[in-house]
Amino acid sequence: MESIKVDDLVVVRGGATVLDRLSFEVPAGTVTGLLGPSGSGKTTLLRVIVGVQKITSGTVTVLDRPAGEPSLRHEVGYTTQSPSVYGDLSLADNVRYYAALYGRRKDAVGEAISSVGLGGMADRVVRTFSGGELSRASLACALVAQPALLLLDEPTVGLDPVLRRDLWALFGQLAAGGATLVVSSHVMDEARRCDRLLLLREGRLLADDTPDGLRSATGTDDLDEAFLRLVEQWEVAG
Amino acid sequence: MNPRLVLATAWRVGGQLRRDRRTLALAIVVPCVLLWLFSELFADSPMIFQRLAPAMLGVFPFVLMFLVTSVAMVRERTSGTLERLLTTPIGKGDLVVGYGVAFAVLALVQASVATAVALGLLGMDAPASVAVLVLIAVADALLGMALGLGLSSLAVTEFQAVQFMPAVAFPQILLCGLIVPTDQIAGWLDAISRAMPLRYAVEAMTTLTGASTVDGRVWTDLVIISGCVLVALALGAATLRRRSA
Repeated sequence: MESIKVDDLVVVRGGATVLDRLSFEVPAGTVTGLLGPSGSGKTTLLRVIVGVQKITSGTVTVLDRPAGEPSLRHEVGYTTQSPSVYGDLSLADNVRYYAALYGRRKDAVGEAISSVGLGGMADRVVRTFSGGELSRASLACALVAQPALLLLDEPTVGLDPVLRRDLWALFGQLAAGGATLVVSSHVMDEARRCDRLLLLREGRLLADDTPDGLRSATGTDDLDEAFLRLVEQWEVAG
Repeated sequence: MNPRLVLATAWRVGGQLRRDRRTLALAIVVPCVLLWLFSELFADSPMIFQRLAPAMLGVFPFVLMFLVTSVAMVRERTSGTLERLLTTPIGKGDLVVGYGVAFAVLALVQASVATAVALGLLGMDAPASVAVLVLIAVADALLGMALGLGLSSLAVTEFQAVQFMPAVAFPQILLCGLIVPTDQIAGWLDAISRAMPLRYAVEAMTTLTGASTVDGRVWTDLVIISGCVLVALALGAATLRRRSA
């Protein structure tokens, strides 16, 4: 069973091809890492799956429906790269608002806040948060919806290693509970924590594999090195 | 439209206003101070004050809500919260009406305080009905909100949003009958003024004040204002796009 099915997707924006003939599937109940350098098209791809990005051609199926279908908005959670929360409200107010939008009960609010490790800060105004706290506040607003599919755009930027480890452990738990996660990152170090990897470069899909599969295909244990080798092979192949 | 989503949004916007004490204080106190200034300015010619005071009660809610809404919407757009909201189950109508409910409550408080000050402290002539006067003020506030919402989509920054104030609100303030009564202005100015919704709010306020019964023209004006609100809200909601290139 796959949660996302992308077939021959092309996105052209302002004359430039941002996503070039992508085809892949994301199995349900897994954490898929969407990796690639800044500007490789990760955010555009996530926006296509959420249904807010116009596409040029191809088909994108999300939870067996075309991406962007209204009923999907109840089941898909999304955090943008720059944390989009209301700075002039407390953390609890922010999460409570999203809980109300998704029709979730009040106790889901506290759970979402403590799952991102901000339990002690629920009543603080979000404007006073640090960068890492802001992105976790934004994440809590997505988690409170308890979505079947969670799309996270660089959720771990600016976090210390301990918090990063905790969040990846959380992602693993959510996937074990049946949710599907697509997490973008430009840090290859995070790739080893994923069930599957999608490597994106200049809008093209370099690899769609498990971390182990990628290691054996490139003959190296280091995923950073694996990425470099893939880029070299790709450039030689033209 | 889903009442639960409308109320959740109204509560959230209300929460942002409640935490912004300075905006609240300015929104409520400034109209009263300006009314007092006008009454002092025309202390020797109370007739002028009697004409100006109700007209100003029609201008304040409009200006306040126009500014607050256009800045609030530009903020929703630039902070990314609008795009995020449009990926949730909320409908555009829920969002727009939610904003409307929260701002209408603020307008109600502002109009009540300003009316109380004008009637109680500054000696403005009593209107035929205080309830209808406050009703006009709220409709007028919603008009400012609806126009602010529609125009906010043309502004990319808060700076630009504030510039719509002189561009869109000032001509209406000049021609609405506040400065020169509409029956004393040139025909072509009168024609322009008829196309401006604020004129009808000011007309309703001045017709109501000093009269003993609610004139039929007041209701006509209210219908015109409500129509403008609905058209502007529909246009404003149409500018909220779920998908972008």
